[in-house]
Amino acid sequence: MIEIKNIIKDFNNTRVLHNIDGKFLPGQPNLIIGSSGTGKTVLLKCIVGLLVPDEGSVYYDKRDFHKANKDEVREIRREIGMMFQGGALFDSKNVEQNVSFPLDLLTDMPRDEKLDRVNFVLARVGLENVNKKMPSEISGGMKKRVAIARAIVNNSNYLFCDEPNSGLDPLTAIVIDHLIEEITEELNITTIIVTHDMNSVMEIGDYVMFMHQGRKLWEGSKQEILHAEVKELQDFVYSNKLLKAVRSEKER
Amino acid sequence: MKIIGRYFLFLHSLIIKRESFNTYVRLIVDECIKVGIDSIFIVAIISTFIGAVTAVQTAYNIVSPLIPNYVVSLVVRDMTLLELAPTITAIVFAGKVGSNIAGELGTMRISEQIDALEVMGINSSSFLVLPKILACLLMYPLLVILAGFLSLVGGYLAATLTGAMTPDEYIYGIRADFIEYNVTFALIKSIVFAFLISSISAFTGYFTQGGALEVGRASTKAVTTSCIAILSADYLLAQLLL
Repeated sequence: MIEIKNIIKDFNNTRVLHNIDGKFLPGQPNLIIGSSGTGKTVLLKCIVGLLVPDEGSVYYDKRDFHKANKDEVREIRREIGMMFQGGALFDSKNVEQNVSFPLDLLTDMPRDEKLDRVNFVLARVGLENVNKKMPSEISGGMKKRVAIARAIVNNSNYLFCDEPNSGLDPLTAIVIDHLIEEITEELNITTIIVTHDMNSVMEIGDYVMFMHQGRKLWEGSKQEILHAEVKELQDFVYSNKLLKAVRSEKER
Repeated sequence: MKIIGRYFLFLHSLIIKRESFNTYVRLIVDECIKVGIDSIFIVAIISTFIGAVTAVQTAYNIVSPLIPNYVVSLVVRDMTLLELAPTITAIVFAGKVGSNIAGELGTMRISEQIDALEVMGINSSSFLVLPKILACLLMYPLLVILAGFLSLVGGYLAATLTGAMTPDEYIYGIRADFIEYNVTFALIKSIVFAFLISSISAFTGYFTQGGALEVGRASTKAVTTSCIAILSADYLLAQLLL
């Protein structure tokens, strides 16, 4: 479980995160949603340690990440897998080398075992026969799958996804959403997804935190979100024309 | 001052929380090929022509019949050892390798590849930059030795083929009044320049922010700053060591 308490972050005397609290549970996808520029990615970066919050704490299974010593931080980080918005695959390495990278660097696993593990996770994300392809030779959706494979190859306990659907067609986006959901349940890991895609929310939003202008305004599930009485959340949810039409139909 | 402080903190970050020795060996070999082997062609071409031009221009300027012909190759030798081989090659090296280092790290920064390393618990600066600096420290002195040799060969070809002097006169001039310390001085300079080019370029690229435009700017800035640092260090070393 990941717990955050009173996270505050300022940039150049401008507060971008205001006292954010939250509990993210294992075995289910936890979504952080909100419009662009509301601080979702900054919050995610504070949680994974790419940014240090000015105040507040982040607990990984009760281990205070920002107060831990260097070795403990390293230990926690090695339990983290992250899928970046653009995939962040290493350009100079092929798909197999990209996925194998955490194993090469962080484990003493024998070569054959590593290859088996890489092939297993690639098959798990639905990629086969692409081992020797370079990142520039595969599609955006495939890059996201490779990034997920790399994030889970080391048996991570925590998975973070920054805008996993950005730049994907609706169908591929749903496939990626379900892939993340299935992996989260299968491995019983704590997954946090930052998104502004309402389709993702309605597909896999077991726990949803809504942020607006650096503040957490609401939290709940996908079933509750449509009935939430927070104006900013309603504006966000019903900016989707399909959902707006559903609401109009219900009101009639 | 703030940037200089940040530069030293960056250098400090290279030597803390390092990965295993074997990891670096593989990376250093890869980088040696990139910065060393791949630079041989350009260094060879430039140094040969610089030696040739130095010989021709020195011969052109020595008009007094009181000055013997072999002085031309003596001048080529001393200019090559003291300045042309280490310094001009350093400028070329900054343009080729420095811009490449800054561009590569800048691209990795803006495409979040450096963040990906950090999230995995890897010291990204040490993992990415230390092998580049060590490879430059290993390969650049070898390139300077090659440049020095080819510059003398270039001078020989130009001086003898144009009839400015005989081959024997050229060889005699190269061996006359030879000071061995000049070779040591050239190698000291090469190590200092290699460190400055690689570390400054890496520093500029590693902290790139923005997009493709900023990566281009970082590459340009890396070359400009490296050249200024090379020339400043050149003057300081000449003052201190000669």
